[in-house]
Amino acid sequence: MKVELFELHKAFGKTAALDGVSLAVASGEFLALLGPSGSGKTSLLRALAGLDFVDSGRIEIDGRSMEGVTARERGVGFVFQHYALFRHMTVARNVAFGLEVRPRQQRPPRREIRDRVRSLLDLMGIGDLADRYPEQISGGQRQRVALARALAIQPGLLLLDEPFGALDARVRKNLRGWLRDLHDRMGLTTIFVTHDQAEAMEMADRVAVLRAGRIEQVDSPDRLYARPANAFVHEFLGDVIRLECSVAQGRAHFDALPLSDIATTCPAGPAIALIRPYEIGLHPGPGPAQVLSLHANGPLRRVRLTLAGLALEVLLPADAWCPAVGQSCTLDLSRARIYSPTFP
Amino acid sequence: MSPVPGIAGALPVCTTERPATQAGLIALTILLLAVLLLLPLAVVFVEAFAHGLGAVVNALIEPDAVAAIELTLIVAAVSVPLNTVCGLAAAWCIGRFRFPGRGLLVTLIELPLSVSPVISGLVWVLLFGANGWLGPMLDRAGVRIIFALPGLILATVFVTFPFVARTLIPLMQEQGSTEEEAAITLGATGWQIFRRVTLPNIRWGLLYGVLLCNARAMGEFGAVAVVSGHVRGLTMTMPLQVEALFNDYDWVGAFTIAGLLSLLALVTLAVKAALEWRVGRRGGALL
Repeated sequence: MKVELFELHKAFGKTAALDGVSLAVASGEFLALLGPSGSGKTSLLRALAGLDFVDSGRIEIDGRSMEGVTARERGVGFVFQHYALFRHMTVARNVAFGLEVRPRQQRPPRREIRDRVRSLLDLMGIGDLADRYPEQISGGQRQRVALARALAIQPGLLLLDEPFGALDARVRKNLRGWLRDLHDRMGLTTIFVTHDQAEAMEMADRVAVLRAGRIEQVDSPDRLYARPANAFVHEFLGDVIRLECSVAQGRAHFDALPLSDIATTCPAGPAIALIRPYEIGLHPGPGPAQVLSLHANGPLRRVRLTLAGLALEVLLPADAWCPAVGQSCTLDLSRARIYSPTFP
Repeated sequence: MSPVPGIAGALPVCTTERPATQAGLIALTILLLAVLLLLPLAVVFVEAFAHGLGAVVNALIEPDAVAAIELTLIVAAVSVPLNTVCGLAAAWCIGRFRFPGRGLLVTLIELPLSVSPVISGLVWVLLFGANGWLGPMLDRAGVRIIFALPGLILATVFVTFPFVARTLIPLMQEQGSTEEEAAITLGATGWQIFRRVTLPNIRWGLLYGVLLCNARAMGEFGAVAVVSGHVRGLTMTMPLQVEALFNDYDWVGAFTIAGLLSLLALVTLAVKAALEWRVGRRGGALL
């Protein structure tokens, strides 16, 4: 199911939750809405589901305008952050709910509902929980029940609000792969909200990065990593080292630090250089950096050093040259990206 | 006198009073409970049965008594459902939505609890009485409110309005509306959501509120006394009938009706305790 959003605006009082959001999601795509809290990602999801109204803009699902279409009529699957399971119903009744509330002409016969619930629960791997109540099962199991309930109405579009937010790290990791797999097998179009960049990058075909109600960049995880549109996206997607610099004649100078210049297309003026800890290279020889400590960290080595009073942490591949503690070395920052506050 | 072993053993000792002082305080509490609560209750039944069961039965089938019981039941039968529906609606609005004037609405709902019941009755007299604002108009139309059934119902509704709403507001606030939102996205209509999601979640709280509301509706004296006019066999509810019989020195009659009201209170308490036990056992919070 194709989803298109055109210039969505929504404000709560004076703060804008959505500030001109336009986005197109292809049928069968798995899209992540990524952003810090308050960036408008949940507002966007709720507007899509019809749970909230936007002040202006247009939402089209499968080419059909959603104006005046209520949440009840949209037939969109929605998984809530804390699952919102019906606490007084068994797991099976929870999943059957969407089928049981249909008008008589569209409601499947009782037997068929039962069979469909059973096969959904089996698909989720929780077939043995059918008669339990939500308070009697674990968080990960509740998550699956919520998903089964949303899928029971056979939605073309599945919306998930922080689906793994309330789960512990191990369960979360398992569910990621499982959910992505489910999406592929069922031919769904999925949009999910998260503030966890690793989760978004690992699961999604494309990631939309939001800040303050605006989409900063929509791209595949690869491209997002390789070509962040701006400093915000770059910083939000993972650990970075941030260095102040200034640009003149197409080169960034580190005035306060003994580092070589970097070529840039940024306009002249103050700027910042962002580089990820594993993009920094270390080279032997007397240099400005002093190694403070070394930690073997799986396939990577974590090197803490000081550079003119500044503490830095660098990740080196295990097979790269590595200085000893107390030794000095030179830094290779050529992979840093320069961002000017006014450009782009 | 030694301290009560059961209590001293079960609780960690965190008081500095001497055992004798503790025992004295406990005894005083039990004494007060007995004198202030149990003794009066016992007196009601002892006095009712002072002249045997026959007298009680006679007092109960006496036409004025039957009329009072009927009237009380009618008043409760109208005002309790009315307050249940209105209380539910109010609790839903206040518990689930933020809107300007919400705080004011909560205060208004609690108003009957802070106003003297006599005033609660008097306002209706001032509005609908013969010399009230709307009295002459109603008089011309041949409608009687004060000193008649509508007045009794109005006064009772006013006094008992807070019970259902106040029980449900914190409950609904705590539960939030995500389950209802989930039901919407699954295609449920407003009525289906109410019947299948909202109502089952608040049923015990609702029952509790209705119970309290009913107990007050049947037992209300002050507000009802003002609008009743004390026409025997016509506008006397049970509490009013008790007072009237008492003033007539009809001890058995007065205490028989009083006993009936007390029974209602006891049943209410028992059901309430059962509800609290049930909810407590399931680990949920009732209020």
